[in-house]
Amino acid sequence: MGFLDIRNVTKSYGQVQVLHRVDIQVEEGEFLVLVGPSGCGKSTLLNMIAGLEAISGGEIAIKGRVVNGVHPSKRNIAMVFQSYALYPNMTVGQNMTFGLEMHGVPKPERDRALAQVAKLLQIDHLLDRKPGQLSGGQRQRVAMGRALVRNPDVFLFDEPLSNLDAKLRVDMRTEIKKLHQKLKTTIVYVTHDQIEAMTLSTRIAVMNKGHVQQLGTPKEIYDTPANVYVATFMGSPAMNILPAKVVVQEGAHHAQITDSEGAPQLLRLSQTNLAAGQEILLGIRPEAITDPEGADRKSGNIVSLKNRVTVTEPAGADTFVTMTLGGRDTIARMRADASVAAGQVFDFAVNMEKAVAFDPKTEERIAP
Amino acid sequence: MSAVAQESAAGTGRAARAGIQLVLVLFALFYLLPLYVMGVNSFKPLSEITGGNMMALPQVWTLEAWGAAWSTAQIGVEPTGLRPYFLNSILMVVPAVAISTILGALNGYVLTKWRFRGDKWVFGLMLFSCFIPFQIVLIPMAVTLGKLGLAGSVPGLVLVHVVYGLGFTTLYFRNYYAAFPTELVRAAQIDGAGFFRIFWRILLPVSGPIAVVSVIWQFTNIWNDFLFGASFGGTSQPMTVALNNLVQSSTGVKEYNVHFAGAILAALPTLVVYIVAGRYFVRGLMAGSVKG
Ligand SMILES: Nc1ncnc2c1ncn2[C@@H]1O[C@H](COP(=O)(O)OP(=O)(O)O)[C@@H](O)[C@H]1O
Ligand SMILES: [Mg+2]
Repeated sequence: MGFLDIRNVTKSYGQVQVLHRVDIQVEEGEFLVLVGPSGCGKSTLLNMIAGLEAISGGEIAIKGRVVNGVHPSKRNIAMVFQSYALYPNMTVGQNMTFGLEMHGVPKPERDRALAQVAKLLQIDHLLDRKPGQLSGGQRQRVAMGRALVRNPDVFLFDEPLSNLDAKLRVDMRTEIKKLHQKLKTTIVYVTHDQIEAMTLSTRIAVMNKGHVQQLGTPKEIYDTPANVYVATFMGSPAMNILPAKVVVQEGAHHAQITDSEGAPQLLRLSQTNLAAGQEILLGIRPEAITDPEGADRKSGNIVSLKNRVTVTEPAGADTFVTMTLGGRDTIARMRADASVAAGQVFDFAVNMEKAVAFDPKTEERIAP
Repeated sequence: MSAVAQESAAGTGRAARAGIQLVLVLFALFYLLPLYVMGVNSFKPLSEITGGNMMALPQVWTLEAWGAAWSTAQIGVEPTGLRPYFLNSILMVVPAVAISTILGALNGYVLTKWRFRGDKWVFGLMLFSCFIPFQIVLIPMAVTLGKLGLAGSVPGLVLVHVVYGLGFTTLYFRNYYAAFPTELVRAAQIDGAGFFRIFWRILLPVSGPIAVVSVIWQFTNIWNDFLFGASFGGTSQPMTVALNNLVQSSTGVKEYNVHFAGAILAALPTLVVYIVAGRYFVRGLMAGSVKG
């Protein structure tokens, strides 16, 4: 039993089922991120934890107490909304203490809590302003302040950064992470941004069409995605998914793959649980295909691959190189100063230790 | 070339604008003409009207007609002037406007933020009530008032106007609150505010513009209503009915100056309301349709 238990929860609107048997245990102090494309049911799940949406099936428990049917204000949760949802007619201070006032906390205590949180978030100087007089970033802080003042068991965030511009978004991301490290409160955080999910979370639930595709630490999700969907959703540029065939030669397993000239090439696999002749989808992340000098020295399985370069895209820190492999456009990620040009046949180094294999039919991971 | 074209374009623009302005001024004058006639003649002695020109300014300025209209003129059989009826109208219009506006706001709040099964139907029916002509409800209303023991009284008129106005006030507030972010209501729920607290602390403080629309609309309609007043007023008739009785009294000479003064007295409150709150009226009407 966890701190926040989501047990076999389903949600239907009329005939339409938007969440299918979601089962997640969250430990105290965890930072769980629900990530998935728009419309996959993230907000619906969060609203059910908050008590803003009825639960169609299953149970949600906070600190061991089943909260199905318990009013939102009695669950000891606090929520930060995408639009911030600050009360336009109240000052920042009134916004932040409204919840305490509604819970009958006496004025001196409210003021003390307000002062403390305002100092923590560095918004002391804004307390007498109305939300309309604040910038986007300041509103964001106030919205978080309103949640913090309540000192809840669980924080719920619904895409809190998506209304900020790119630079501010990165700053606030760091800030939220610092805050979590300091306060160690349990957080459930919804986003459609996989980078936010990777950087913030202690665990990630990747969702699609109302199903949890995979639940795991960022490293588990990134290195061993449960299926092709998770593999391509997490990471940018996306993982290369290449049709290949398993060949066993001299006792070693290889993935046989067609190169840019249409010739078969063998890439030695680190895994040995696949049968000879089996069709697979080989998953290789762009950063696992490099120039030989840029290859990971700690890897025990770097395979050399000669292939023709189609396009190079210098992006400052890295250079992205596109080629054709397995009949598909494949992206490699090089050091910026790797000397590679379009049209050239280049000697790539593939870190096969990081490669994963999927079943072409079910798209589930079969190795490692 | 282009400079010349621009110049001539600006030139025709100026001429067109002057033409439009002239037409508008003429329309405004034409529209204000009756008010002018009523105004100047209410300050004349009767002899100056019957013997002279309706358009001319008074030769002798006098407030006699105003005094008579207010406190001594014959209304029906009693020489009471319009004063007691003015009071009736105030006693009717103030509670009726207040109650219908508050109920409309509550309805709008429920229909947008506390959606329930069939709420669209409820709203549709309320909207439909805006299109029901007065005449159709006269007899059922008379029966209802009789059963409630409110026939011929000010509270009876208040009830009639509240019921009749509710469709409009609900429509105004529903459309206004539809543009109000539901996330705010959800945030307040999490903060622990209940149904009325959310209404009172979160929605009402930002409802100023639409409340003004509702008040002006309701005030003007209820104050100006004649049919309900004449049908259900009994001994507590409103100003409009009394004015009719003043003007229509068949005995003696027609005292036009008194009639004019009485008519202006009857129109004055709506005029004042519009002058005081009118600029919020347009703003409020726009507010619902344009998302903030
Ligand atoms: N009140 C509702 N009635 C019917 N369908 C809804 C309602 N709210 C959400 N949905 C549907 O549920 C699905 C999940 O929505 P949501 O949780 O908001 O997605 P996300 O937050 O992941 O973008 C969507 O397909 C949406 O159309
Ligand atoms: Mg959402």
